[in-house]
Amino acid sequence: MKPLRQPSVLPGFGLTFGFTTLFLSGIVLLPLAALVLMTASMPWSEFLHVISTPRAIGSYRLSFGASLLAASINLVFGFIIAWTLVRYEFPGRKVIDALIDMPFALPTAVSGIALTTVFAANGWIGRYLEPLGIKVAYTWIGVTVALTLIGMPFVVRSVQPALQEVQRDLEDAAETLGAGRFYVFRRIILPTVLPALLTGFTLAFARAVGEYGSVIFISGNIPMRTEITPLLIVIRLEEFDYRGAAALGFVMLVISFAMLLTINLLQAWGRRRLVATGR
Amino acid sequence: MASQPYVMLDEMATRPGRDTVLAAVTRWAFITLSMVFLAALLFAPLATVIAMALAKGWGAYFATFLDPDTRAAIRLTLITALVVVPINTVFGFAAGWSIAKFEFKGKSFLITLIDLPLAVSPVISGMIYVLLFGLQGWFGRYLQDHDISIIFALPGIILATMFVTFPYVARELIPLMQQLGNDEEEAAITLGAGGWLTFFRVTLPKVRWGLLYGIILCNARAMGEFGAVSVVSGHIRGLTNTMPLHIEILYNEYNFVGAFAVASLLMLLALATLIVKTLVERTGYRRR
Repeated sequence: MKPLRQPSVLPGFGLTFGFTTLFLSGIVLLPLAALVLMTASMPWSEFLHVISTPRAIGSYRLSFGASLLAASINLVFGFIIAWTLVRYEFPGRKVIDALIDMPFALPTAVSGIALTTVFAANGWIGRYLEPLGIKVAYTWIGVTVALTLIGMPFVVRSVQPALQEVQRDLEDAAETLGAGRFYVFRRIILPTVLPALLTGFTLAFARAVGEYGSVIFISGNIPMRTEITPLLIVIRLEEFDYRGAAALGFVMLVISFAMLLTINLLQAWGRRRLVATGR
Repeated sequence: MASQPYVMLDEMATRPGRDTVLAAVTRWAFITLSMVFLAALLFAPLATVIAMALAKGWGAYFATFLDPDTRAAIRLTLITALVVVPINTVFGFAAGWSIAKFEFKGKSFLITLIDLPLAVSPVISGMIYVLLFGLQGWFGRYLQDHDISIIFALPGIILATMFVTFPYVARELIPLMQQLGNDEEEAAITLGAGGWLTFFRVTLPKVRWGLLYGIILCNARAMGEFGAVSVVSGHIRGLTNTMPLHIEILYNEYNFVGAFAVASLLMLLALATLIVKTLVERTGYRRR
């Protein structure tokens, strides 16, 4: 049997491991356990009732629907952007490459008020969409726009390294053998980047489902129509309905963990594929 | 990130026939689509922050920062970051040292747990502390009897921020320390150096760029966190309002110059973060 810890000449295991687990437990695990326990202490019927009110269902529909749509948009545009940054040289490429991470670094409240201003009826972009009958700010479209922005870096940053790995000689070989560009894309490029694309998609989706700051400004927050689940949790907390908030939070937590698991499985799959193709 | 050699274009130019035309059209279409997407979603909002902040001139812009509530919000944000970032850095080193230097059971599970806060909605990150320390929470009665405020006060803001930014330094340091190996540390210890000396003279210099990278990301997140802090803060003007929360209040009062002026500071912070990040990457340090 493997010992609990392999011997080492280096000191400090007790100190660092102790501090790590203690701090992790105190800051992360115990508080999360409180949420789970508070939900578990609710009677089953009450729990089911709280998480299935029409208002809650409406919020799931918006949160998950808009997140799915936003992640799908990012799947397409994230790939296009990653491709552009990896394959083409053009003025300002390095600056744009660095700015891709902006939605990570920019506080969500800032992107929230800025997007709302741009897409409002008198905003820089909203004023051109309004005459076409497209209202973005204060509708589900606005929610999708905000979630697309915050999810974009996840797809681009997942796909970029994968695209760099695509073997160019394979592409050239395929073309000399008579394959068209689309055929090369479908049979050589797509299989290589597919795990990365799916990882990016899942990361963007997971992030979007929980997003709060950048959405609440642009969504208008009308119950049943433009109210996301995280906002409903905040409203329940403000009403001091801790159990209701905990139950909704628990539902979101379970879904987040399911997605975390999916990401790990996708990444394992991606590694296996790379090994299988000999790299 | 993308800095592979670009042999593509020369190659393309020498290829005959339809490929040259098709490649040129594809190239044009991809660059245009990327730019339109980024312009609408990223560049326009960033430019709007500046335009709105300066809509009534520099005087109005700077007047925002004379307002005592705005100053209090800036101070609170700085205090929070000053407390949270060093603690999370110490944690990052502790986690990095124990995980990278030793083999023990359950290591990958521990790494998963450290990444946990990244998977949790910011609202839930704040809520868990309300459930513990809020008035109706588990310790609410006890805290009230002993006149200790955590929720709607500084400790709650610090706890929520710490939770959200918890993994940032650790997840830079752990893979970096694993990758760099333990040979030098083991040599130092065998030659008679103590643990702390080895840490400060051997390990710290080895990981300095990754450390800087983790700290700036952690700091950017700590100063900009909105959802989690919003839940625990209580939004008391001049007392428990951080900069992002102050932006919300000013915006909802239709004080757009004020809201975007404060937002412009946070945007500058984000830009500075990206610049430092790019410079660190230029030293050759790469995230895995």
